[in-house]
Amino acid sequence: MIAPVRRIRTIRRTEPYLINGALALAAVIAVFPLAWMLSVSMMAPGEASSSPPPLVPASPTLASYRELFSRAAIGRHLANSVGLALAATVLSLAFNVTAGYAFAKLRFAGRDLLWKGVVGVMLVPAQVAMIPLFLLLKQLGLVNTYAGVLLPSLASASAMFLIRQYARGIPDELLEAARIDGAGELRIFWSIVVPVLRPVLVTLAIFAFLGSWNDFLWPLIVLSDDARQPLPVAIAALSREHAGDSELMMAGAVVTVAPVLAVFIALQRYYLAGLVTGSVKG
Amino acid sequence: MTRPRAAWWLVSPALIAITVFFVIPVIAALALSFTDFDIYGVADRHNVRFIGLDNYRRLLDAPVFWIALRNTFVFVIAGAPLSIAVSLVTALLLHARLARARAVFRTALFAPVVTTVVAVAAIWRYLYHGRYGMIDHALGWFGIDPIDWLGDPRWSMPALIGFAVWKNFGYNMIIFLAGLLGLPEEPFEAARIDGATRLQQLRFLTLPALAPTLLLVTILTMVGYFQLFAEPYVMTRGGPAQSTTSILYYMFEEGFQWWNLGFASAVAFVLFAIMLAGTLLQLALARRWSQP
Repeated sequence: MIAPVRRIRTIRRTEPYLINGALALAAVIAVFPLAWMLSVSMMAPGEASSSPPPLVPASPTLASYRELFSRAAIGRHLANSVGLALAATVLSLAFNVTAGYAFAKLRFAGRDLLWKGVVGVMLVPAQVAMIPLFLLLKQLGLVNTYAGVLLPSLASASAMFLIRQYARGIPDELLEAARIDGAGELRIFWSIVVPVLRPVLVTLAIFAFLGSWNDFLWPLIVLSDDARQPLPVAIAALSREHAGDSELMMAGAVVTVAPVLAVFIALQRYYLAGLVTGSVKG
Repeated sequence: MTRPRAAWWLVSPALIAITVFFVIPVIAALALSFTDFDIYGVADRHNVRFIGLDNYRRLLDAPVFWIALRNTFVFVIAGAPLSIAVSLVTALLLHARLARARAVFRTALFAPVVTTVVAVAAIWRYLYHGRYGMIDHALGWFGIDPIDWLGDPRWSMPALIGFAVWKNFGYNMIIFLAGLLGLPEEPFEAARIDGATRLQQLRFLTLPALAPTLLLVTILTMVGYFQLFAEPYVMTRGGPAQSTTSILYYMFEEGFQWWNLGFASAVAFVLFAIMLAGTLLQLALARRWSQP
C-alpha cells in the first residue's frame, strides 16, 4: 500500500499550488478585460485594430480622452451621471430608511399586511411598470427631465427590506428607555436609530449610487434629449455609431466604469456585507 | 407624537411613492395590454379601444415572439446554471484553507459585478471581434480557427452567455462564501477523523448544508437572466438574424421604437408570468426534495 500513500502525499504537496493557481487564473480572467480596456483607451487612433491585437500601447496617449471630452462632449454626460446618482442616493435614504425602520420596530394598524405587499412587489420585474410609467410622466410633462428618471426609484422594496433586516437588531429596551425619558418618536429616530443604523446606511447609499449609475433601460426610455443623458445611454449611442473606433469606445468605457470601481474598492466592506444581509440589488 | 401616528409619518412617503410609481403602473400595464394603444393613442387618448385578448392572440401568432422566447430560455437555461457553477467553484476555492491573499482575489473576482453593463459590453464586443479580437487570437494558440462570435447566429448567444457569466458570477460567489463561512466546524472535524476525503466532505456535508443558499441563488439568478436586454442592445442589436433578440428587447422595440404600447404591455406581462411560474416551480421542487 505504498503507492496510494505516496499519491496522497503528492496531492497534499501540490494542493496549495492548484488552489492558488486556479484562483489566480480566475482573477486574471475577471480583471483582464478591464485592464485591457484601460490599455486600449491609451492607444493611438487605429492602433487597436491590428492582428494580433496589441496588449499595450506603443506610445501611450490621451488623444482618445481629448476627443471624447471635446467632440463627444462626454463631460456633460459625466456630470449628468454624477448628479443623477447623488440625487438617487439621497432620495433612497430619505424614503427607505424611515419606512424600513418603522416596519421593523413600530406597531401600527395593517403593518404586517402592508409588509407582505411590499415583499410581493419584489416579485414583479420593474420593466412591467415602465410603459404606463412613461405615459404617466408624459401626462405630467416629465418626459425628458431628470425628475422623470428619478421618480420611479424614490422608494424601493429591496432597500426597505435591507433596512428592516438590520433595524430588527435594535434592542427594544434602547427605544423604551428613550420613550420613558419623554423623547418623541421622530426625535428617537433621529438621535438613536439613525446613528445605530449608520453601517447599513452606508451600504444602502452604495447600492443606490451604483444602481443609479449603472441603470440603462429606464434612462434610455425617458431621456431622448442627448444633453440630459447619463453615461450608459451616451456610451450605448456612441457604440452604435462609432463601433469601429475602439480607442474612443474604450476611453468612454473607462470614464463610465472607473468611478464605480473606485467607489466599490473604497467601500467594499459595507457593500459586500449588505449584499449578504439582504441579497438585494439596486 | 403618539407611536402609531409617528409610524405612519415614517412609512407613508415610501408607500405612496411605491404605489404611485409602481403598483398603479403595473395594474395599468395589465389594463393597457387589453387595448390597441399605439402611436395614435399617444397623440390622442380617444383613439384607444378595448380589444380584449387580441394582443395576446397576435403575440402567439408572431414568429418573432417565439424566437425571442426561445432565445431568452436558452440564455436562462444555459447561462444561469453555468453562472451559478462558476460562482460555487470560485467560492469554494476562496474558502479553501490553503487559499492565500483571499481579500485580493475576492476583490478581483467581484470587480466585474459593479461595472456598468453597457460599458463592459463594449469591451467584450471588441474581445469577440472576428478579426482583431483577443479571444480568437488566444484560441489560435490552440489551433482553433477564428470564430465570428457576434456575427454568426450560431455563436452569438453563446458569446452573450460567456459575457454574462463573466459579468455576474461574483455576486453569487459572495453569497455562497457567506454560506460557507456560516457552516459549523464540528461535522467536518468528525468527518476528517473518520477518514472522509475532501470530495466526500464536499458531497455529503458542504453541498447539502448550502442547499437553502443554492435555492435562493438559483431563483435570484434565474429572475435576473430572464431580464436580458442591455447585452443584445449594445453588442448585437438583437441579431444576427434575430439570434439574440430577447423578450425584453422585443418589448422595447415594439413599445418604444414602434410605439405599440398595448402590444408591448402584453409582452411584458407574458414575461412576468413566465418568471413567476419559474420561481413558484422552483419553490415547489425545493419543498418536495426537502421532505423525502
